[in-house]
Amino acid sequence: MMRFSTLIKNPADWMRGSGPHSEIVMTSRVRLARNLRDYPFPGFSQEQQRVDLLANVRSVVEALPEMKDGFSDEYVNLSKIRKQVLVERHLISREHAARSTGCGVVVDRKQSISIMINEEDHFRIQGIRAGLNLRSAFALVDQVDTELEQELAYAFSSRFGYLTACPTNLGTGMRASVMLHLPALVLTDQISQVVKAVGKIGLAVRGLYGEGTEALGNLFQISNQHTLGEKESEIIAQIEKVIEGVVRSENMARAKLKEDSPTHLRDQIGRAYAILRHAHILSSKEALNLLSLLRLGADLDIVPDCDRGLLDMLLLEIQPAHLQLQAEKELTPDERDIMRAEITRLRLQSIAPPVNVSHSESPPPTGGSFQETNDE
Amino acid sequence: MKCDVCTNEATVFLTQIINGQMTTVNLCETCSKAKGVTDEMGFGLAEAFLGAGNTTNVPRNDVLTCPSCGFTSAQLKKIGRMGCPDCYDTFQEGLDQLLSSMHKGTRHLGKIPTRAIADSRRNASMEELKHALQSAIDEERYEEAARIKIEMQALQTPAPQAESQGA
Ligand SMILES: [Zn+2]
Ligand SMILES: [Zn+2]
Repeated sequence: MMRFSTLIKNPADWMRGSGPHSEIVMTSRVRLARNLRDYPFPGFSQEQQRVDLLANVRSVVEALPEMKDGFSDEYVNLSKIRKQVLVERHLISREHAARSTGCGVVVDRKQSISIMINEEDHFRIQGIRAGLNLRSAFALVDQVDTELEQELAYAFSSRFGYLTACPTNLGTGMRASVMLHLPALVLTDQISQVVKAVGKIGLAVRGLYGEGTEALGNLFQISNQHTLGEKESEIIAQIEKVIEGVVRSENMARAKLKEDSPTHLRDQIGRAYAILRHAHILSSKEALNLLSLLRLGADLDIVPDCDRGLLDMLLLEIQPAHLQLQAEKELTPDERDIMRAEITRLRLQSIAPPVNVSHSESPPPTGGSFQETNDE
Repeated sequence: MKCDVCTNEATVFLTQIINGQMTTVNLCETCSKAKGVTDEMGFGLAEAFLGAGNTTNVPRNDVLTCPSCGFTSAQLKKIGRMGCPDCYDTFQEGLDQLLSSMHKGTRHLGKIPTRAIADSRRNASMEELKHALQSAIDEERYEEAARIKIEMQALQTPAPQAESQGA
């Protein structure tokens, strides 16, 4: 199987590819919760039962055709930092990373599929795709699930569907979630309206990377709350429809920003670029928020020919565990801020500065009042 | 947007439809964890509740207990999660009401695992055959009993692969 270092060295498939609306929708993820009939759920089992289950199923999971030459390990063999790196890559959950004995994960070569063993449920099968592509993410996990089912005796009831530790996951056991970059809706103060509207239909919205109290980097995650009483395809179709609407709102907000306050917008993006290119100390919060502006600049062609894959990769590289993995030691928050700035300066070298509109199109104002000029 | 509980910026937004009324809850990370909104549950529950395999000191008065795993209705109330798959049978009473408050419906309409279904059909007919065998023996219909035994043996051999192809 693949070594940890090899897995992490490569960008995940979803970072390289692009999908529908990938300028706004970063990823589509689907996870299935599955359990075995003859074991208590992980939260209510003895350690020995979890160890036995892992020993019994690990080879079955590794033998799946999708997992060929993938990565597989037990958590007792993985350091805290390595597990945290997997969290930052969206391959395992924070809750799972906090556990050790009897837990493990198998990841495919492309980092598109990960199977957590002994999470809250015996299995959490996750598929991840670039852009708005829940159908394709579901197809990935559906296939793996069907193959696993041939080998393992699932806990299933014709009445309640797939039996899960928590009744909130009962039925399909499916959570479909989409990660969105919504800077214009935040900048134009429309985000709370959108959140309310989306919530009305029984979907959950949460800020991503909110280490303490904020939604950093203007990144939001929308996912279904209901898992029982609907078909998988219906749940997915509903989310996709809602996301299409959110994407339209974000695009309209972007157009509005460009139209109503182009100079202000260029100023913010220009400042973001300048700080990211030249700072020597960057907190996680500052970096995420500035990178969000830079990405917006790229989407609006204010930062020309910007490689978005590079920005996606950078977003991961500057996360705490990724920094410490690269440094090969634990770092204090201050040390991390310095290293974060260093990596950011280095990576952004290849990105050309934002287009300098006023310089090339009109002479500087000759006194008098400042007015927003329509500089298209 | 502010957290409904404290004054921090909210990062978790949950909406539920209760009795046709939409209720939105905005929570910060800290409060969402405190309210158990996130999927967090540490291990050691079994150890904590059962005292590492010792189940005798759990009070049993008035408490429903799952015969398969020893989980009790009191524990279910406390942590809101089941102990094992059979708990869904044990704690069936009131379950529909709970489920209808959190889901669109109370019946599964999604994917069906072919093998689990084949297994449960096999188990069901095995039970039937066992009954039939017993009454055949009781009523001294030995020829029939022998036929039933052959049927039971046939059931015990693994189902043909073809059964699992219809997905
Ligand atoms: Zn709060
Ligand atoms: Zn039970």
